[in-house]
Amino acid sequence: MHAMNVKIRTQQLSVRFGSSEALKGVNLDVCKNSITGFMGPAGSGKSTLISLVNRMIDFEDGVHIEGGMSIDGQDILGKSVDVVGLRRRVGTVFAVPLPLPRSIFENIAYGPRLKGINKKSDLEDIVEESLKKAVLWEEVCDRLHVSALKLSGGQQQRLCLARTLALRPEIILLDEPCSGLDPISTAKIEEALNELKKDYTIILVSNNTKQIARATDFSAFFYMGTLVEYGQTEKIFTNPAVKQTEDYIQGKFG
Amino acid sequence: MRINPRFTDSLVRHTLNLQAYFTVGLLVVIICIIFVKGISNCGLSFILTYPEDMGRHGGIFPAIMGTVFLAALSIVFATPLGLGTAIYLTEYTRESRLTTVIRFGVESLAGIPSIIYGLFGFIFFVIKLGMGWSLLSGALTMTIMILPTIIRTSEEAIKAVPRSLRIVSHSLGATKWETTVKVVLPSAAPGILTGIMLSIGRAVGETAAVIFTMGSSLRLPASFMDSGRTMAVHFYILAREGISMEKAYATALVLVMSILAINILAYYIMNRVIAKYS
Repeated sequence: MHAMNVKIRTQQLSVRFGSSEALKGVNLDVCKNSITGFMGPAGSGKSTLISLVNRMIDFEDGVHIEGGMSIDGQDILGKSVDVVGLRRRVGTVFAVPLPLPRSIFENIAYGPRLKGINKKSDLEDIVEESLKKAVLWEEVCDRLHVSALKLSGGQQQRLCLARTLALRPEIILLDEPCSGLDPISTAKIEEALNELKKDYTIILVSNNTKQIARATDFSAFFYMGTLVEYGQTEKIFTNPAVKQTEDYIQGKFG
Repeated sequence: MRINPRFTDSLVRHTLNLQAYFTVGLLVVIICIIFVKGISNCGLSFILTYPEDMGRHGGIFPAIMGTVFLAALSIVFATPLGLGTAIYLTEYTRESRLTTVIRFGVESLAGIPSIIYGLFGFIFFVIKLGMGWSLLSGALTMTIMILPTIIRTSEEAIKAVPRSLRIVSHSLGATKWETTVKVVLPSAAPGILTGIMLSIGRAVGETAAVIFTMGSSLRLPASFMDSGRTMAVHFYILAREGISMEKAYATALVLVMSILAINILAYYIMNRVIAKYS
């Protein structure tokens, strides 16, 4: 991987929750303008890893971190890091759709408003642009002021993606975003992601190996907190170097 | 002998029904008595004129205004303080010895009889701080009295807001305070408002603590430092001293109707808030 293209880098990264180890000495470079898939069975550490990138791990108790993680070469784990600023650069879409209890428009305008964008026309532009990028605009453009809770699950998840895009982040983290969605909604999310990678660095966490194979450029396989194998998706899925990876992909465990 | 389960079920259903009707019936009876006894003396002039001859004749305008001032001032003092405490306890601190002590203190405060508050207010605000029998002494005493209600209801309402909403807000680059103001409080607003309404009801209906601190002057209070009389105190004095039972019932009618009006208003506001944040 070319050094110029590295967006996120981890060095000997270990995380412990109390006495249980969630990550063990992970070294990983995530590439710019690509989709990187994290896969592995439950408890493999993939979700822990992304909760470090946006520092949502701060909300957990008894966390002990060793090693380093940087974005564009700058450390993001230190005490002096501006966490609020970091979260504006790193957007997150969670496993379950979590719309805020307000209108579609206000959901998407939430992030921009926090950044001080309050002009109605500016917000309208951002909302439209974000919804279009998340492939949701045509379904909701005539009812932007309806409660977001009235949308279907698949629509809500694309709304969450649009809300993240409205922050104009550099990185988008998706933590099993399709785990509760039907195949059509999943396809729409994947379609959106494929367009988005031109402008963003995307990390897609998924239990669904087929989705990783379909939608990502690079894949990482985690097992019990260890990074087992990492490389181009095509290579991982056609010619994995480690037997464990092959077994997981073929559904022999996990 | 085994009792037929269908029979037990219907027995329970009817008993519970009866209990519910009994409770509502009690309320209806009380309101009816007050209405029947009070309505003949309760016209527009009763609401808008000043009392004469200790309240034997005339209206209760100063007592209505005294009630409004006292309730409003107490709420203005108690809401920020109580809501602030609730926000601190739920959002800004972890469960610890300190929060246990604060909660215990709040609960103890709620258990003190109102006459004790009256006595404390009399000694501390009226005499020690030299505020005299005044609207301010009364409002400060009522503030302490209603604080536990506001803190407890606000705390419960804030706790009921799902953690996931806070997580989402933080993930979108909000600070803790922004999350509290923009996400947590709007979702908790109906519950917080309920606490405020309960508190208004308590301030409006209180007598003992008010007589000791706000006094019972029949004049319209012109400043915070003036003494005054609330409707509840007026009712108490009219009835206790046998001045006029007719006027007492008329006062009670106005009191009950205003509490009803406040509740309807609160219901309306609550629905507006819910409609906006859902």
